[in-house]
Amino acid sequence: MHKVLIVGEHDGKTLNPATAKCVTCASGIPDREITIVLLGADTAAVAAQAAAIAGVKTALRVDRPENEHPLAAIFAPQLAALAADYSHIFGPSTSFGKDLMPRVAALLGVPQVSDLMAVEGPYRFKRPTYAGNAIVTVEADPARKLMATVRVASFEAAPTGGNGAVESKTVTVALPSHTRYVGAKSGSTDRPDLQTAKRVVSGGRALGSAENFKMLFSLADKIGAAVGASRAAVDAGYAPNEMQVGQTGKIISPEIYIAIGISGAIQHLTGIKDARTIVAINKDGEAPIFEVADIGLVGDLFQIVPELERLVGG
Amino acid sequence: MQKIIVAIKRVVDYNVRIRVKPDGSGVMLDGVKMSVNPFDEIALEEALRIKERGTNVEVVAVSIGVADTQQQLRTALAMGADRAILVQTDVPVEPLVAAQTFLAVAKKESPDLFFLGKQAIDDDANQTGQMLAAIWERPQATYASKVEISDGKALVTREVDAGLETIEVDLPAVVTVDLRLNEPRYVKLPDIMKAKKKPLDVTSLEALGVSAGLLLKTVKTEPPAQRQKGVMVKDVAELVDVLKKKGLI
Repeated sequence: MHKVLIVGEHDGKTLNPATAKCVTCASGIPDREITIVLLGADTAAVAAQAAAIAGVKTALRVDRPENEHPLAAIFAPQLAALAADYSHIFGPSTSFGKDLMPRVAALLGVPQVSDLMAVEGPYRFKRPTYAGNAIVTVEADPARKLMATVRVASFEAAPTGGNGAVESKTVTVALPSHTRYVGAKSGSTDRPDLQTAKRVVSGGRALGSAENFKMLFSLADKIGAAVGASRAAVDAGYAPNEMQVGQTGKIISPEIYIAIGISGAIQHLTGIKDARTIVAINKDGEAPIFEVADIGLVGDLFQIVPELERLVGG
Repeated sequence: MQKIIVAIKRVVDYNVRIRVKPDGSGVMLDGVKMSVNPFDEIALEEALRIKERGTNVEVVAVSIGVADTQQQLRTALAMGADRAILVQTDVPVEPLVAAQTFLAVAKKESPDLFFLGKQAIDDDANQTGQMLAAIWERPQATYASKVEISDGKALVTREVDAGLETIEVDLPAVVTVDLRLNEPRYVKLPDIMKAKKKPLDVTSLEALGVSAGLLLKTVKTEPPAQRQKGVMVKDVAELVDVLKKKGLI
């Protein structure tokens, strides 16, 4: 029996869909029992959501005031203490999980497998390297705990309909005071979340300015899409950092990805390879984006985008 | 603030098109251009800017790798690091071993800040900084896009999925840097000449008391699945037609 602990990501109110994707990943391990742990100031609501994911046996609540903000230095010692009861510890490959999980692994003195994209056995996995240009199969030693982050774009979210138990757990470990949360700034909008959206409209440097980039918001709103951006567009200040898609930004798997004025640097392509359908609109017919696009249209985006917006509205 | 250590990794240059060996044993590295990991350049640039703002800050570049890694450390010295340390080894070093090595260096050097890139563009692991912070028992501020130092503390703005987050950490601390923290300077020829005279010490894992060894076994390397080549449409009307037929809009 493999006991898998998944570190749930949440904002206190809503469980991040990345968590249900970790459950699907963990379900690939034969003969396993899945627990989701939730650290927070009050995890009642999110623990109920976690327990309702099909395949989850237990949602474990670790509530204490220090857990209000997800600081790795605060969470890691608690997770390291909890790890004693489990063979596998998974977290999502989001900025939350990427920050936290290696700190837990090092406290346990074990290696971490980053960005699991396929489970081939309880201790055998596939993961991408070199911006997704080389996929490696790695084997870990069953004598050690298996720590991993899950490349969420590689897995569908596990459905709800489960009936797991909710339990509270007190973890008595000393917590450091050297790290303090100050605040957050997010460009939160009514648009769908980029990481989980079914439709994504994304823009590159060819948009030319932050002002022009607004064209994409208008199109996105018309079709209920999230908005993404290439690194070049973010570096140029056309779009905020949280919109960046690619090797060092977000790795996404929407049903449709509409790349507008994006040439398709290899680092960008690694972020969209799992999209079901890629549409590329670019004035350069030789742009590498067309090598991965399912549907391509060569032309001037400043004419195409308004026309597209008009026609999809019909 | 007296000393900043910056980790430098030798990686395949980001412009190189990676090819997997036909026998699945790894990627082709023979004759391939090697460079400083781009994130590490940003880390070094930030250390140099702090040095240039303050007084008497020593910037030390540290790397772990084969003898030729001296090239990347010379680049770091040319950019402005004061001295360099190479922990020379011919065996591949996993993030946990790298963290243990950096811990040994940190204990010897007692830096106020330990800067690293947020990830290396070869293994894309994104682990070493966090692991170092854990075993050093110090704060970590990952994915930094802004670093402000004052009174033994660092106020760090971090790029996170939801936007930007700010945390305050006591020094010494580990900071891993993101793309938009700064734009690294170009190295000028006179700096390259000057860098040749700067100290570059070579040591070993054994001398630092770190046991090398692979904890994870890579059994196969393969190219990614290729996407099928798609169709070209002639205008927006046709595009919308295709999308509607596929039920995508």
